[in-house]
Amino acid sequence: MVDALKGAINFLTAPEIFITLASVLFFLSMRYKAFWAPKVALALGILGAIFLAVSMLDHNFALIVKKPDNVPIVAMLFLVGFFVWLSMHQAHQNDERIARGEPPNEASNGENEKTWVWPDLVYTELLCMIIGMIVLVVWGLAFHAPIEEAANPARTPNPSKAPWYFLGLQEMLVYYDPWLAGVVFPSLIIVGLMAIPYIDMNPKGNGYYTFKERKVEITIFMFGFLIQWVLLVILGTFLRGPNWNFFGPYEYWDLHKLLALNNVNLSEYVWVKALGVGLPKNMFVREIPGILATLVYVVVLPGLLARTWLKKYFEKLGPWRYAVFVMLLLLQIALPIKMMLRWLFDLKYIVALPEIFFNI
Amino acid sequence: MATNATKPPEPFLTRTWDYITDTQIWKSIFRHGMPSTSRNRVLVVMTNVFLHLHPVKIRKSGVRLKFTWCMGGLTFFLFLVETFTGLLLMFYYRPTVAYAYMDIIDLAEQVPLGIMREIHRWGAHAMVITVWLHMFRVFMTGSYKPPREFNWNVGVILLVLTLLLSFTGYLLPWDQLAIWAITVGSNMARATPLLGYEGPGAQLLALGDVKMVHAGSDARFALLGGRFVGEGALLRFYVLHCVGIPLIAGILMAVHFWRVRKDGGISGPV
Repeated sequence: MVDALKGAINFLTAPEIFITLASVLFFLSMRYKAFWAPKVALALGILGAIFLAVSMLDHNFALIVKKPDNVPIVAMLFLVGFFVWLSMHQAHQNDERIARGEPPNEASNGENEKTWVWPDLVYTELLCMIIGMIVLVVWGLAFHAPIEEAANPARTPNPSKAPWYFLGLQEMLVYYDPWLAGVVFPSLIIVGLMAIPYIDMNPKGNGYYTFKERKVEITIFMFGFLIQWVLLVILGTFLRGPNWNFFGPYEYWDLHKLLALNNVNLSEYVWVKALGVGLPKNMFVREIPGILATLVYVVVLPGLLARTWLKKYFEKLGPWRYAVFVMLLLLQIALPIKMMLRWLFDLKYIVALPEIFFNI
Repeated sequence: MATNATKPPEPFLTRTWDYITDTQIWKSIFRHGMPSTSRNRVLVVMTNVFLHLHPVKIRKSGVRLKFTWCMGGLTFFLFLVETFTGLLLMFYYRPTVAYAYMDIIDLAEQVPLGIMREIHRWGAHAMVITVWLHMFRVFMTGSYKPPREFNWNVGVILLVLTLLLSFTGYLLPWDQLAIWAITVGSNMARATPLLGYEGPGAQLLALGDVKMVHAGSDARFALLGGRFVGEGALLRFYVLHCVGIPLIAGILMAVHFWRVRKDGGISGPV
C-alpha cells in the first residue's frame, strides 16, 4: 500500500507529468477564483506540511530534504505558496469591491490618509527585524553550514549542481544548449523584467492588489515566476540525481541508472524519416527545415499574431512596443514548447549545427 | 487647595530617567523630547540620519504588513546582517588555495560560540528569497507603473547583484560543494555567443589560423582568471564578494531608497 503510493508519487513527479500537471493547475487557478478561498489555501498548506512530515520517514526523501542547503528551499516553497495566496486573495477581494462600485481596500476606511512614521512604521520595522534575527539565530544553531571535503579538481561529484537558485537554469540545459540556456535566456530574463514597465501600458492596478484589471500581465508574470523559475528549481534540487537523471522523491540515487537517450534532430526527421534520402552533405542545406521553422517562429509569427490573437495589443502598444513584447513572450514560451516537443517526439535539436556550436 | 508638600515623590525610575534626559550629553544627541507630540514626531525623523530615509508621514495602507509584507525592508536588513557577519568572517579567512579550506574548518572547530558562518550562509539564502518575494509583491501591486518605472529597473539590477553576491560567496569555503557548483555555473560562460570559445560565432573571430577567442582568452577566462576554478578564481570571487559587488549594491540601494521617496513614496491607489 505504502509502496504503491510512493510508486505513484515517483511516477507523478517525472518532469513531463509534473510540469504539465502544475501548468494545468496554474491556469485553472487563474481561471477559477474558488482556488484562492482561504479554506482551500489552508487545506493545501496543511496537506503540504503533512506530505513533508510523513515523507521524512522515507530514507531517500529525508536524505535530500535534510541537506542543510536544501532547508531554505523547503522554506521557500511554503513562503512562496503563502504569499502568492495572500496577494491573489487580496486581489480577488478588491475585484469584488470594485465590481460593487467601491474603492479597493487600500483606498477605503481612511487608508488614504497619512499616519505617523514614528511610531506606526518604525515599530513594524523593528518587529520584523527582531523576528528576522531570531529566525536566523535559531536556524544557525539548528543547522551547521555545510562543509564537504577539501576541493579536489580531479574528482567530479555526480551530480554536480550549481547553487540552488540557478538550478532552474541548469534544468533548462536538458532542453537547450548552454549558449541559450546559460547565456541568452538568463540575459533575456533580466532584459524582460526591466522592460515590463515600458511595455505594460495598462494604467489600472497601480498601488493596489487586483487581478481582474490586469489578468494577462499577472498570468504571464506568475507563469514565469512559479512554473518556469520556482518549479524548475524544485525539480533541479530534489528530483535530479546522478548524471542529471530524473529520480522520484522516494527513489534511491542509483549511479548506474540508465535511461535510453533516443532523441532525434529535426533534420533527421525530415530528410531521413519523411523523405528517405539521407542527410545532405552541406550543413546549411541539412538544417534548412529547422532554420525555416525558427525564422517562421521569430519573424512570421509576430506579424501573424499582430493581425489575429494579439491584434488588441498591437493597436494599443504600437509597433515598437509590440515587437519587444511579442519577442519576449515568444522566447518565454520557447521553453515549454521545446519541452513538449521533447516529451512528445523525442526531438533533440530544431537546428543542429554542432560544427559552429549553434544548436537550438 | 493641594500643596506641594502632600504630593508623593516620583518613582525612582522616573526620577532617573528625568535625570538622564536632562544631562548635557543626552541633549546633545537627541535634540527633541520624546516622540509623543506631533512636533517631536516630525523632529525624530528629520534629525536622525537613519530614520530620515523615511518620510514623516506615510499612507495608512502603506504601513500594513499584508500590503508590503516588509520584504524590501527585510532584504535591506539581511544585507546589513551579511555585511556585519561577513566582516567578522574576514578576520579568520584567507583567500588562497592553501589556507581557505582550513580556515573554514578552524572557524567551525576552534572559534568559540561561532555561528557567524551559519548566520552568514542562511542569511544569504534568506536574502535571495526575500528579494524574490519583494519583487513579486511590487509586481502584484503594480508598483512598477509610472512614475516608478526606473526604480523597478534599479530593483532588477539589485536582484541580479544579490544572486551574484551569493554566487561569488559560494566558492569561498573551497570545498567540493563550492568549486564544483562554481565550475558548473561558470561553464555557461564558455558558450557565450562570440565571446566564449565554445559559443556560436566564436570561430568567426580569427585572423587566418590564429583564433582570437580560445580557452585562454574567452569570457570564462575573464570571469575565473584562469582556465579552471583555481587560485585566480578564488581571489577574484573574494574581492568581488567582499568589496566590488557590495559597493555597487550599496550605491544602488541608496538610489533605490531615494527614488522610492522621490517617486511619491509607497504606492497606493490614486
